Amino acid sequence: MSTLALDNAQVERQPFVSTDSWYEASARQRVEGLLDANSFVEFLGPEAREMSPHLSLFNLPEQFDDGMVVGWGRIDGAPVLVAAQEGRFMGGAFGEVHGAKLTGLLRAARDIASVPVLILFDTGGVRLQEANAGELAIAEIMRALMEARFAGVPVVGLVGGRSGCYGGGGLIAGSCSALAVSEQGRISVSGPEVIETNRGVEEFDSKDRALVWRTMGGKHRRLIGGVDVFADDTIESFRDAARYLIELVPTLTLDTLEAEQARLAQRIRDFGACADALDVWRALGATEPESIPALSYEAFVALANRLQEPRHDAR
Amino acid sequence: METLNYRNKAQQRAKGTRSQAIVGVVASGNLEVLVERILPDGECEVDIRTAAEGFGDVWQAVISDFVERRSPGGLKLSINDGGARPDTVALRLAQALSAVEGDRT
Repeated sequence: MSTLALDNAQVERQPFVSTDSWYEASARQRVEGLLDANSFVEFLGPEAREMSPHLSLFNLPEQFDDGMVVGWGRIDGAPVLVAAQEGRFMGGAFGEVHGAKLTGLLRAARDIASVPVLILFDTGGVRLQEANAGELAIAEIMRALMEARFAGVPVVGLVGGRSGCYGGGGLIAGSCSALAVSEQGRISVSGPEVIETNRGVEEFDSKDRALVWRTMGGKHRRLIGGVDVFADDTIESFRDAARYLIELVPTLTLDTLEAEQARLAQRIRDFGACADALDVWRALGATEPESIPALSYEAFVALANRLQEPRHDAR
Repeated sequence: METLNYRNKAQQRAKGTRSQAIVGVVASGNLEVLVERILPDGECEVDIRTAAEGFGDVWQAVISDFVERRSPGGLKLSINDGGARPDTVALRLAQALSAVEGDRT
């Protein structure tokens, strides 16, 4: 371990490229921008070449970090553990190694018991070429995540990447202590194409982008209380959200879970009869729900805070 | 998948003291380049795993041009390629060299 730490300390990182958009940034750029300058130390970096054992069987190209960047760094001087998915490599999908790196990080967080974890989601779900290993990874991650939370560790998810947060990624996000999402971030389990394929175009038209965004997008998730903070699409805004949520998260107890159950039951009572997100927003008290998708960041935050205070008691 | 390897003589050692850098991602039409300062000063090695088979001549031309223009002595470049075009490859090689030399990209 000491040798590994030394090797990692010598690793030089890709310089931070001048994009301020979280959506446009790579996993490594997000990590660099989120943490204090030059504080990031990667575990199992690309030089370790810890790659998927499955992709070569399908004659598919590998990536040196298997699309998952894990390590630790500092925010305002305080240590945090960080995991970031690269959404452009195989849609950020979970494979065996990709998942194991996050499992290991969460188990370390559980054992340390005092350092919060940030998960930068950008994923379409499980990698189909290694589906069994990927599904097992999802289960292991969720168990490790809950163990870390029970040990008192805040686990905060940040969602705003091009692949959104789907499939098993949506389940892991739902297990987090708190979430921040941008308008571009989408959170769900089955994606638009999956729903259309299984239930028909009358159920869900995946080509109707406005429908996709108002059903799964960040604004809707914020309005129904699925996330705690609505972030602007900037690295600075996600940094502010992470800083805020790390401080905010209460310890996980049975009371927390019962409060979450009650909150979800209330959500069904309030919105169960709604056929569309527009109906949900109307039921919440929005007078012009049709205007919400076009609202600016500032205008939407003001509206969301008026319609519904962020719920911190549950999850 | 095809594996290619090229060894070239470089005029001089790459600038800077960074031991390592990585640029790019593996995606359709894109590639990642991991650069490590682990060779003698006058050598440059490029290891390639590419999804597009049968383009060895083009790779050789792009890399020879890169080594001649930028003189990346002492560097080993390891590439995972998702079928990038030669101009994208040339750009990533230049970015990788800038990153390990300490320039901002």
